[in-house]
This record gives sequence, structure tokens and C-alpha cells, in this order.
Amino acid sequence: MVVDQTLEKVREIIEAVEKEQSLEEGDILLNCLHRVQDVYQNFVPSEAAELVAERLKVPLSKVYEVLTFYTMFSTKLRGKYVIRVCNSLPCHVTGGSQIIDALFKELKVGFGGTTEDGLFTLEKTGCLGLCGVGPVIMINDEFYGNLTVDRVAEILADYRARGEAGV
Amino acid sequence: MKAQTVLVSVDSGSILKGARYYKELFQELVHRYNLDSMVDVLETGSLGIYREGVLVSIFPDGIYYEVRSKEDVERVVSEHLLKGRAVSALMIDEEIIKKDLPKEDAMTVETRIVLRNVGVIDPLQIEEYIARDGYMALGKVLSAMKPKDVIDILKESGLKGRGGAGFPTGRKWEFTAQTDSDVKYILCNADEGEPGTFKDRLIMEGDPHSVIEAMAIAGYSVGASKGYIYIRGEYYGSIDNLNRAIQDAYEWGFLGQNILGTAFSFDLTIRLGAGAYICGEETALIESIEGKPGRPRFKPPYPPVAGLYQKPTVVNNVETFANVPWIILNGPKAFKKIGTASSSGTKVFTLVGNIRNRGLVEVPMGTTAYDLVYRYGGGLPGGKDLKMVQTGGTAGTFVRPDQLNVKLDFDSGKLGVSIGSGVILAMDTDTCAVEAAKVAMEFFEHESCGKCTPCREGTRLAVSILDSISKGKGKESDLDLLLSLADTMEETSFCGLGQAVPMPLRSIIENFREEFLRHIRKEPCPVCVYEKPKKRKAGSIVTL
Repeated sequence: MVVDQTLEKVREIIEAVEKEQSLEEGDILLNCLHRVQDVYQNFVPSEAAELVAERLKVPLSKVYEVLTFYTMFSTKLRGKYVIRVCNSLPCHVTGGSQIIDALFKELKVGFGGTTEDGLFTLEKTGCLGLCGVGPVIMINDEFYGNLTVDRVAEILADYRARGEAGV
Repeated sequence: MKAQTVLVSVDSGSILKGARYYKELFQELVHRYNLDSMVDVLETGSLGIYREGVLVSIFPDGIYYEVRSKEDVERVVSEHLLKGRAVSALMIDEEIIKKDLPKEDAMTVETRIVLRNVGVIDPLQIEEYIARDGYMALGKVLSAMKPKDVIDILKESGLKGRGGAGFPTGRKWEFTAQTDSDVKYILCNADEGEPGTFKDRLIMEGDPHSVIEAMAIAGYSVGASKGYIYIRGEYYGSIDNLNRAIQDAYEWGFLGQNILGTAFSFDLTIRLGAGAYICGEETALIESIEGKPGRPRFKPPYPPVAGLYQKPTVVNNVETFANVPWIILNGPKAFKKIGTASSSGTKVFTLVGNIRNRGLVEVPMGTTAYDLVYRYGGGLPGGKDLKMVQTGGTAGTFVRPDQLNVKLDFDSGKLGVSIGSGVILAMDTDTCAVEAAKVAMEFFEHESCGKCTPCREGTRLAVSILDSISKGKGKESDLDLLLSLADTMEETSFCGLGQAVPMPLRSIIENFREEFLRHIRKEPCPVCVYEKPKKRKAGSIVTL
């Protein structure tokens, strides 16, 4: 079954992180959740959270406390591509608010929303540490800087094409 | 060693402008012109400034180019590399890169301690770091110094924490050394989240081994054998580079068991944050490594007494660590000679916003914000006038152009211009002060962890009051309410986040009061759109 295979993968991830990165008991929860989230589409489903809790010997409630505290994690299915847009002052004064408006208009969703086709989820984020090339957005693990409204449209079109091609 | 070297700046910022592609193009063209035996094309860290294109330097000629297109790369290869003729149209004045400004005032010459290797070496080649005296300080410490000697040197140097709080590093290490425990930890705070700050990212990307070396030195000095680098989960490229550097350090025997044949052992690993600004607070960071939500702990006890897993722990910022090997090799006196009486050494500033040369610059402590904006930053683009500068990050001060002559150091906050994490955010006359205040407060509202009421509710209330002012629904008494809110948050918030919010809030209201009043009087603002007043419900007190 597909589900079992994925869970098997999660099991392998936890073992690998434990082996490579653990210096003390209980210090790898966040690193594990990052890797688990990469396996699924930008979220951690309940069965994976249960498995993490079981393997790391922490209560499931604690895993959920962590999952809901940090903005990079999600317990709900998000779009294939999570767009994080910087709304801090350094990006704001170099034209960031126009970029945010353009994203709202292009995607027809607000912050936290997912597009109807399930391709994009729009989130706001604090500074991404690329203020030398602001305004900046991040799509999954890719960054885009020196943005203009036209460039945003181009980038989204590129991702839509990627989404259709199933990459 | 080949006759010529092309160094392409391949840091996170430059990659977005096609640095990887240009580097590969250089390699391809060098090969096509049959120059393989003559020219090396290598990667390096940030060259400091960010313009439209990617910065490239060619040695030994010492010429810097800005390439913006495929054609530019072709010109540099066919003219400069093949025919030996510099392409003046693409050249960038070396003075802008080195920032060696007119020597009339020795204070304004860029001094490189922290960035000594950034933009010079290939950060992924440990040999290049070693060739520039890398790991010499660790060798010196392990072979010829007692832990106490190292701490004494740091105390004498006057090095203070570069994360924003400015606590003396030597004393922090001393407290940790003096606490009796069989297990201790060294933590590097690389959870760089202060808006406008990207120095730690570029230090880690451009010279990761300087941080690793310093953490091992710290371990030896305080008796710790384990360390963690806590880095933002969003810093994808930096994480990969750092992992590679740690792996290399293990292979070369600078980490692991019996380092350099001594009895000292030190293990180092990386922990990822997951998008929480609060985790830059040291006890929240510790909680996060322990696998918990990053909510700050009550202090005291401070981390040097009871930190990670309640064991004595040193927590230092990336930039602080990067200073340590230089101080060990050059001595505390050389370090103290740079900077001001209260703050020795240099500071890495990030120049952002409406400024011509966006990027980072390392200058002696005591450099003024004026010099940073106009001399290093090259002023504002498009001939616009400066309206205000926020110094120190979003938790720093908003100042007027006439306040820029204060010398920035750890004491300058008392004069109303804070140094914080070293951000210089210039804003031109198109910026609205009310809007800027609102954006700053929205950041804190989003990042407040919710543990204590003054911060959770205070930030929310500040946003809603500023929002109503920006919509033309404010009252003059709202300004007093905001200032009293600032007082309450400063006095009663649980941790540094809530206690820092008053700094930007108070400074922007005090320095730009007239502009707030103009909004309250509904005089036109180029940014804000005023709503028509609605009838308020009887009995409502605050305009929420």
C-alpha cells in the first residue's frame, strides 16, 4: 500500500537523523519534522506525527504543540508550492507592498489561503535575510529577489507550467 | 596556480541574480577559448555590495566587474582574459568594493576582521581557509594556552556580543567556565531574523570555518565538548554550506575526538529553526533545540549557569564568534585599538532600503549612521531625499536625518540611535511614518510568542491604533495611549522581544510627531488612504 510505503520512509528518515545529528536524547524533533514535511506535500499528516511521537518517545500532544507553534510547519495540506512573501520594512520600502498586492491579485487568495487548483499557498514571513536584493519571495526552497510586478507574473506562470508538467 | 583567477561572488543574494549561471558561463567560455591552463574560475562569498548585476573580480589584476548579462560575460572573457584589455564599461571602482574612502578621516576606512575571508576564499575549500591562517588560533590555544588564558584575552579585548545586547563575551565564557558541571554546551545563534539583517548569513556562507573554529575554542575555554549551530530553517543554501564545512572539519581533525592530538574533544551539529523570530532569544533558542516550542524561559538563572538541558551553556552570535580567532592571533591590544572606548573592534552593518549600494560593510565601532548612508552606501537612488533611517533593526530606533551624526556603538542607544544588530535602513520621502510604524508593529504582532499578556496584547493594540490613524480615524490622545503602551510593555514584558518593541514605537512618535498629527487632522498623505468616518457605537472606548 502507498500509505505504508510513505510511513516506511518516515521511519527511515527518523533513523537517519538520529544517527547523523543527535548529540543528546530529544534534540532532533525539529530536524525530523522538517524532513518528514518534505516527504509529504508541505505538511505533516496525523499518521506521520503519530509515528514521530512514537519513535522519539514524546507525547503526541507535544509533537502537535511544536507543529502548530512554528510557522514553517503545517498540520493541514498546503499547496504544492508554498509562497512566502517578506512583509518586513526593508522589503516594504523597496516596493514590497506592490508585490503583495500583485500576489493577491494573481492568486486570488489572502494570506494563509490555497489556490483552487491546489498549486499555491500564500503565506507571509518575516525577513528572509536577502535585503540586498529586496523585495524577496520564497517558493518552497527557491528564492526570488529584485522583484517587480511583471516578474511575479512570470514566476507564477513558470510554476504553473511546472505544476502541469508534474515536476 | 594559474596565471589568472576569476572570482565570482556566489552568495545567496548573488545567486538570485544568476551568479551560478554566470560562473558556469565563464568556465565554458574559458574552455572554448582554450584558456584552461591559464585561468581558474572560482566561487567566493559576498563582495559586499548589491547592485543590479553579479560582482566578479579578476586577479592578479585586481579589477572588479559587474556583469548583468550573457553578453557582459562574453565581453570580459574575450577582451580581458583573452586580449588583456580591461573592459572599462563594466568595471566597478575598486574604492566602492574596498570602501577605502579618502584618508582624511581614518575612522571611515573599512577594517576587516569578521569579513577577513569573505569574498576572498572559496568557502567550501577548507584548504583555502587554512592557507589564510585558519585553525591556527585553535592550534595555538590547544598547544600553548590554558582555558583561563583564552578567557583573559577575550576579557582584555573588550569583545561584546554582536547579536544586539552587547554583553561582554569574555565574562559570559568565564561564568560558564566557573560553573561546575561535567556536561556543558556551546551554542551559536544563527537564527538571524531581525528584519534588514543578513550579515550572519553572509559570514556563514562566505567563511563558515571561522565560526566552527571559534566554537571549538569556546569549548576548550569553558570545558564543553558539544556544540550546536541553531540556524534558520529558511536559510537553505547556508545550511548546505555549513554542513559541508562541518564535515570537512571532522575529516581534517579540527572536530571530533582528540583534536590535533590533544585530550580535547568537541562535537558540533546543526539544528534548524522553523520560522519563529522569538527563537533568536537565547532561552527560546535553547527550548527549541530541546524539541519544544520556542518560548523564552525566566531569567535568572542565565544560560552560563543553567542553559541547554539545564547545563552551563555559552550562547553567542555568529559575528561574535567570527571575531574570536582574529583576537587570539593578533592579541587583545590590536583589537582594542579599533573602535570606541565602550565598544572595541568592528561592526558589520547591513545597508538596506532606499540606498544606492545595498549590502554589507565592516567598519570600526563609532562610525556614524551618516557615513554609512552617504559614504559607504552612496546615498539614495534616484536623487530622492532621505526622510528617516531605522538603525539597529526593526527593534531599533527610527531617526531623522539631523540625528545621523551620533557615533554608533553599544552606548549610542542612550543618545537615541541604537546599534542593535547593525541594520541601517534608509527610507526616502515616499515613505509614510505612520505606515512604517504600522509595518514594524505588524511584524512584532506576528512574531510575539503569546506567552505573556503585555507583548501579545500590546503589539495587537499598537497595530490597531496605528491602523486607525493611517485611515484618518485617529485622535491626538491615541499618541499618548501608544506611548503609555510602550511604557507598560517595556516594564512588564517577559522577555527581550516585548521589552524591545517600545524602542521603535517611541522613537517614531517622538521624532515624527508632526506627521502623526497631520494624519489625525486628515491632511493629505501620499501613501495613506483615509476612510470616511463611520458612526461609532455608543460606549465604545478604544477604536479597535
